[in-house]
Amino acid sequence: MKRFATLFSALDQTMRTGVKTAALAAYFNDAPEDDRLWTIALLSGRRPRRTVTTTRLRAWAAEAAGIPPWLFEACYPVVGDLAETIALVLPPATRESDRTLSQWIAVLRALDKADDDTRKATILGAWDQLGTVERLVFNKLITGGWRMGVSQKLMTRALSTATGIAEADLTHRLMGDWTPDTASWATLIEAPDPTADLSRPYPFYLAYQLDQDPHALGHVTDWLAERKWDGIRGQLILRGANHYLWSRGEDLMTDRFPELAQLVDFLPDGTVIDGEVLAFADDRPLSFARLQPRIGRKTVPRKLLAEAPVILMAYDLLEWGGQDMRPRPLSERRAQLADAIAALPPDLPLRLSPAVPASGWSDLAAARDQSRDIGAEGLMLKRLGAPYLAGRKKGDWWKWKVDPLTIDAVLIYAQAGAGRRATLYTDFTFAVWNGDDLVPFTKAYSGLTDAEFGQITAWVRKNTLERFGPVRSVTPHHVFEIAFEGIQPSPRHKSGVALRFPRMVRWRKDKPLHEANTLDDLKQMLAQYG
Amino acid sequence: MVLRFTPSGIYCPAGDFYIDPWRPVDRALITHGHADHARPGNAAYLATPSAAPVMRHRLGDIALETISFGETRQIGDATVSFHPAGHVPGSAQIRVAVKGEVWVASGDYKTVDDGLSEPFAPVRCHTFITESTFGLPIYNWPDQTALASQINAWWAATAANGQTAVLGVYALGKAQRVLRLLDTAIGPILTHGAIEATNAVLRGQGLSLPATIPVTPDLDPKSHPRALVLAPPSALGTPWMRRFGPVSTGLASGWMALRGIRRRRAADRGFIISDHADWAGLNSAVAATGAERVFVTHGYTNHFSRWLTEQGYDAGIVETAFGGERLDADEDMTK
Repeated sequence: MKRFATLFSALDQTMRTGVKTAALAAYFNDAPEDDRLWTIALLSGRRPRRTVTTTRLRAWAAEAAGIPPWLFEACYPVVGDLAETIALVLPPATRESDRTLSQWIAVLRALDKADDDTRKATILGAWDQLGTVERLVFNKLITGGWRMGVSQKLMTRALSTATGIAEADLTHRLMGDWTPDTASWATLIEAPDPTADLSRPYPFYLAYQLDQDPHALGHVTDWLAERKWDGIRGQLILRGANHYLWSRGEDLMTDRFPELAQLVDFLPDGTVIDGEVLAFADDRPLSFARLQPRIGRKTVPRKLLAEAPVILMAYDLLEWGGQDMRPRPLSERRAQLADAIAALPPDLPLRLSPAVPASGWSDLAAARDQSRDIGAEGLMLKRLGAPYLAGRKKGDWWKWKVDPLTIDAVLIYAQAGAGRRATLYTDFTFAVWNGDDLVPFTKAYSGLTDAEFGQITAWVRKNTLERFGPVRSVTPHHVFEIAFEGIQPSPRHKSGVALRFPRMVRWRKDKPLHEANTLDDLKQMLAQYG
Repeated sequence: MVLRFTPSGIYCPAGDFYIDPWRPVDRALITHGHADHARPGNAAYLATPSAAPVMRHRLGDIALETISFGETRQIGDATVSFHPAGHVPGSAQIRVAVKGEVWVASGDYKTVDDGLSEPFAPVRCHTFITESTFGLPIYNWPDQTALASQINAWWAATAANGQTAVLGVYALGKAQRVLRLLDTAIGPILTHGAIEATNAVLRGQGLSLPATIPVTPDLDPKSHPRALVLAPPSALGTPWMRRFGPVSTGLASGWMALRGIRRRRAADRGFIISDHADWAGLNSAVAATGAERVFVTHGYTNHFSRWLTEQGYDAGIVETAFGGERLDADEDMTK
């Protein structure tokens, strides 16, 4: 654990990605294989199952520190992180331990079936033999929520430096359904067996938002334009007579969309399609709101299947006949995909995302402007000669989204952030006018600069009306422009609407309070775009 | 009440004087020279001899009398004496006795000996006025020797990388404390003007500090490789830093105990070193006074006074205008 704690400190002590990569690479060279594997797992969002509740952890920590529970709870918002709060309040350790990261994880996992007394004794015993940073790391293993300032991309780069294996290969090897129990350093990293995991997806190719005039992209004929559909990006894998559906966040969502199972009977084994899962009826996509009830659940009741039938709107063909198609140009992949889909019966839940025809960029600009009317978020521009790359890359793929919807709203509640933002007010609730009342309708956390967050924090402290736990109500005064990607009805909210991806785009210091938008304005947007 | 809390500050009716007043008054007893405690505009000042030079340096030509540690003085019906607070050189707790009732206003204090300030000496009293800048159990200062080796290891590694180490510290107290912890075998020490000015004052009163090179406009940092630069925290990230080329930045403050603050400040390293008492220090200081009543000022006043109440003290909160330890301190405005 000492070695891992040292790595954690090294990563924590620098903002420079070069230094972080070097520290991680050195760790991947020296650490025991089990520890390396667990480190990769932790940094890619896989953590051991929780065997101790945070309620228990809080109580035991307060007891060990000799402080009343209220005082522990008073410390928590100051620190902004439970694992760290516990690490800080505990008395110094009286012993040392040579247990490795994976050995400590084994200790924690063994608590799964233990009784409460054993759990308590084990945790208190662990705290008493770990230094402050080790304790923080240990507590994080229990609570989850790693923020080590290391993206999966950076981790993969470090792994590549340490092993000499190309980054793109590693990215692919690290995808899928593995855990440190099902994989080893050898089978996952060094000598992966391609047939070992038939469900393993390819890394998704992600686009950047177009930040220039499209004319700069060259001839429109070199590009494929298609709609940017507003669903869930998914990768459908048909291998070994089974099918798997992966989300972009590497969630296996096969069982949530049973409609797609029948495709196994129609498409050849060794087919992988990149596409968008859409709720779809009467030849057109339904709103994202209709798809939403199907996202949260593992299995789907029949009623929901009928109300929100889905299809896969196919964008790209990544594997065909067991062959990796990604190095081939898009034009070729796309032609093969079109042929394959054309040969299918028309009522299958798989469609080709149609190309948007254009003889010039102005045609595409006009098509983009109609996006909201047909339930799309904008256009995707893809270079016909380009291979399918891994991760977010600039150059060959661009998303050309419609401008967000915006509304001017009044700040009414503020709450401090967590972690890095624990001492700043960063989480805000906004309201619109309904007659003389302000009706809350959305929260937003991002979009301001650090300097602006500092300014608004000072203002919130001076203009607090009431405190409700961590939340402060403030004098209605400041107007912010809120941008969002979509709007839908929501019976759960007082305002009757819910926004998608709300964020602050501007602090409208120029705008008087009474000129903020109204609930009627919101309802009109709902009628038009909901 | 021996001392009262008024809009101008802590007031003693029996002696008609104030302690660390934040509005101009006729007679001010000053615990130490930090800007939130020693303010301009008072008609007469009383402070320890070792606090006096910095006060003169910062406040100019003031009517300042000095009183040695332990010396008693009668002011009206009050008997006053100053006792080491261990915060910065010359910092004092002020003991006020009126008709056998003893109060102590402790100003800012720390209980560990920093090797620079006169070490904290507990004073028995009936009523104790304590700060609570770090009055939560999450603040537990590491050992000073361990800190010294952390800072020196960082400096040595930075120098080995061909970079300049820039450490943000307060001009009065922290800077000199850190200076004494530095291993001068690693390289030269450069100082920002605000810090060098305070160094000069403290050297003038006989404090021994390692050699420092002031950063002046015509100084070429390249002719001082392997350097460590001491600068006020407010100078970090400003154009003033550009002259040093590639740097690694550090901050020395009690707030560095919290990862969130460390990361938000975007310094490469944070060193947990404070001139205020930590949780254990505050508790031991309060206990050592034998006081029954405690007033809690600047810091986590609500939580610390509730905690003291549960420990059996008659504890209350007093609103003051003291700043405690601040990362964006205006304390470095030396002129």
